Amino acid sequence: MNFLERTLASFVHALERALYAEELAKANGLLQRLDPRIKVVGVLALVIAVAVAHKLWVIGAVFIIALILAVCSRVPLIILIERVWIPVLLFTGIIALPAPMVIPGREVWRLPGLGWPVTAQGLASAGYLVTRVETAATLSVLLILCTPWSHVLKALRVLRVPVIIVAILGMAYRYIFLLLESAHDMLESRRSRMVGVLEGPERRRVAAASVGVLMSRTLQLGSDVYNAMLARGFRGEVYVLDNFQTAPFDWLMLAVFLTLAGGAFYLGR
Amino acid sequence: MHIPDGYLSPSTCAVLYGGAAPFWYIASRRMKKVLTTRLVPLLSVMAALSFVIMMFNLPLPGGTTGHAVGVAIATIILGPWASILALSSALLIQAVFFGDGGITTLGANCFNMAIVGSLVAYAVYRVIADGAALTSSRRVVAAALAGYMAINASALCAAVELGVQPLWFKDLSGAPLYAPYALHISIPAMMIGHLTFAGLAEMVLSAGVVAYFQRTNPSLLKLTAPGASPAQNESRLIAGRSAWSAVRPLWMALALLLVLTPLGILATGTAWGEWGARDFANPETRRKIAASSHNAVPPPQAPRGLERLYSVWTAPFPQYAPAFVRRPAVGYALSAMFGSGIIILIFLGAGALATRCRRGASGALAETPTGDH
Repeated sequence: MNFLERTLASFVHALERALYAEELAKANGLLQRLDPRIKVVGVLALVIAVAVAHKLWVIGAVFIIALILAVCSRVPLIILIERVWIPVLLFTGIIALPAPMVIPGREVWRLPGLGWPVTAQGLASAGYLVTRVETAATLSVLLILCTPWSHVLKALRVLRVPVIIVAILGMAYRYIFLLLESAHDMLESRRSRMVGVLEGPERRRVAAASVGVLMSRTLQLGSDVYNAMLARGFRGEVYVLDNFQTAPFDWLMLAVFLTLAGGAFYLGR
Repeated sequence: MHIPDGYLSPSTCAVLYGGAAPFWYIASRRMKKVLTTRLVPLLSVMAALSFVIMMFNLPLPGGTTGHAVGVAIATIILGPWASILALSSALLIQAVFFGDGGITTLGANCFNMAIVGSLVAYAVYRVIADGAALTSSRRVVAAALAGYMAINASALCAAVELGVQPLWFKDLSGAPLYAPYALHISIPAMMIGHLTFAGLAEMVLSAGVVAYFQRTNPSLLKLTAPGASPAQNESRLIAGRSAWSAVRPLWMALALLLVLTPLGILATGTAWGEWGARDFANPETRRKIAASSHNAVPPPQAPRGLERLYSVWTAPFPQYAPAFVRRPAVGYALSAMFGSGIIILIFLGAGALATRCRRGASGALAETPTGDH
């Protein structure tokens, strides 16, 4: 696969992920039913509790809570396995692999053949890293799979994120898809016109020129969008419509989230 | 380079959010002043562009491909402040929506890539490309080096953040709670990949795009090239006068880093591999060397080569503290200022020499009509 095909594949992959998340966010599950603000605060509290925990079993317990949330929200486990658990295990697992041999401490075993000592502290350290990363990643993926992006952004207002940032992120997300499509078309047309194999310098020239073209178009797009906004009465102030409404069930779930996070925080000290 | 959740302790994350916040604030204030009502649409599309650039697969010499952050090219085209904001927004979308990088570590990732990356890229590009014409090949070289240095500076920051975790955050049994490897492993492990593949990818992207704009639309390079208008000595003088205001934030950041230098004394002991010849004779230091080298016993006496070279040069401030200074924190700060001062003087000297050479050359060519080169 050459660089054009790889880039095209990563564009398609990103689009697929976004579309799937939008689809799943419409399902009738536990997290989908909750007010986005409650979800953002609840998931963030659990992620922070995982980051603070000093005990492996506490991190494991939060992981099980994340699993229960996934099942109740009709998120297929295969999606979590494919998107989170295996990629995290491949990346963080490989990073953590030498830790049992490298971290000094009480020797519990020796690698047969090589004779390298495996330490209890090293094993614990590798365990902390892998479980913490897996749990935090599962929680954040659950949030985004069960909430449309525009709702996540509006919910950020609860955390006092300035309205202008929310507006920029919202528009940026919308234009990511336009630019992805534009870049995809550009590379696809280039690929369909290529009959031979490009030499190294030529390949790099094509890649840099593609980014250059995209940059010029983006700057032009920025001016066009601005003019369009002006034409519709934009005067520099940004308003975000906060039209969420909480039900008693939302407050109950907030209490559950905060109790779980508080419990994990207390027990994990 | 994108540090996921779980690699950094919450306190490190909080410190790095705190470290990034003033830069975000200054950047947004400056951008708002320049762009006024254009800020929202322009930054939105720029953030989207940064996100898409990070997805490009770049062909590298040797037949492999790699991803670049695009920090240098964003800085060259948009300026450092817009680049900080655009990249930070792209990193947030990546972290929250695509799970690339963490939520708690977002401050750290923005600090390393968007802030340190943009400022280093800007400084390197401006110093090397200073005064070159928009279509000069020196700008391509400057862009390549800016990309390479920026991504490696970001990687070094990330490596240090990861490497201090096992020093400060352990459980009761002594097992590291977060990133497990100390600085002597984390720095080489991060830097090998970035000095080669990632650095190369950033180099290819920034140099390639600058070369492309030189062919198609050189005016896009104007923002970070105030002295580049050909045959306009006046504008160059004006640019020279306003150069201070352009780089003032960089100097302030440098001053802040100098003031923070005493934090270095929080790390106890001698850095691994930085032992002096005398340390081999001290039983206490020998024990520490062995403990930090997987219990490998150091040689009974200092290697002969080290002993010989040790006597050749004596640093003006051994152990980073001049003899008359009693407090090590003050000594660290003084040494940092002294060291940085020397580096700045060398750069200023080299810059003045280059300007003089250029003036001499342009004086000789003053009679002959010249075009853009």
